[in-house]
Amino acid sequence: MLLSGKKALIFGVVNKRSIAYGIAKLFKENGASLALSYAADPIKKRIEPIAEELGADFIVQCNVGSDEEIASTAATVKEHWGVVDVLVHSVAYANREDLQGRFIDTSREGFAVALDVSAFSLVALCRAFEPMFSDNGSVMAMSYYGSGRVVANYNAMGVAKAALESSVRYLAVDLGEKGVRVNAISAGPVKTMAASAISGFHTILSHIEERAPLKRNISLEDVGKCALYLASDLSSGTTGDIVFVDSGYNIMGL
Amino acid sequence: MDDVKNKVKGIIVEQLGVPEDEVKEDASFVEDLGADSLDLTELVMAMEEEFGVEIDDDDAQKMMKVKDVYDYIASKA
Repeated sequence: MLLSGKKALIFGVVNKRSIAYGIAKLFKENGASLALSYAADPIKKRIEPIAEELGADFIVQCNVGSDEEIASTAATVKEHWGVVDVLVHSVAYANREDLQGRFIDTSREGFAVALDVSAFSLVALCRAFEPMFSDNGSVMAMSYYGSGRVVANYNAMGVAKAALESSVRYLAVDLGEKGVRVNAISAGPVKTMAASAISGFHTILSHIEERAPLKRNISLEDVGKCALYLASDLSSGTTGDIVFVDSGYNIMGL
Repeated sequence: MDDVKNKVKGIIVEQLGVPEDEVKEDASFVEDLGADSLDLTELVMAMEEEFGVEIDDDDAQKMMKVKDVYDYIASKA
């Protein structure tokens, strides 16, 4: 199996609609050992049954906006596993008022929190786990087309995703010396709990069905399969890349 | 309408993990059924999926009790 013997630490499972859940499920089916990290207490009761279903080795609480929690998470993982082969970052946050209306109205605080939780957290996690990454480790983050193109209402999150994608490239250089690869998946829209914060999400989904080359929206499994490629030896020569899993929508002009 | 009520009730039971007999018409999601904000978001998503409707934020925030959901879905059907 593609991930036999690999230890995969996954940030961002909230429920079975989460992109991170789709990834975790495929990782498990392909032989990986899993650990799931959740942001806060209300999510714990949701992921406990999921961790059980997937046979995860352990779960660990980590608010990625806190250096202390990242440090304690790293300590927990070191204790359980000692090494990490795959790290999945599927975490983002922006205040609701910064996901609607005019981008120009984004507050200083709202901008900072979106960038901190959605982009800087990847840098902080890579730094904390750098000593634990195995020689052919793989890190992946989740992005969206709104990083490079204007998508109505995506606003502060679009800017945060641009920072995230750029961070992926810089991190790829820093971790590349050791053979650790860092990539991002730019997934098409998926109706997750995070997406429910974005105004007019239904309109986006029907637009994709009409306009994308594949004439359909993507599934969790579509993203999971790409994640499996990035986590495994199949992508041994790929780093710093942004891989689209979007039914081809990004290639379209008029 | 009974069919709609049964489906709504089934979704609430499943999402919130509460016994069916507690899902009374005047039960409040937060106070009586112990829902937190993530539960409410998941409920709205499950309703949208089951009934093929779009429930916007403003409408969702007005649904405090079980009966509010029955009425909302009935008004869209």
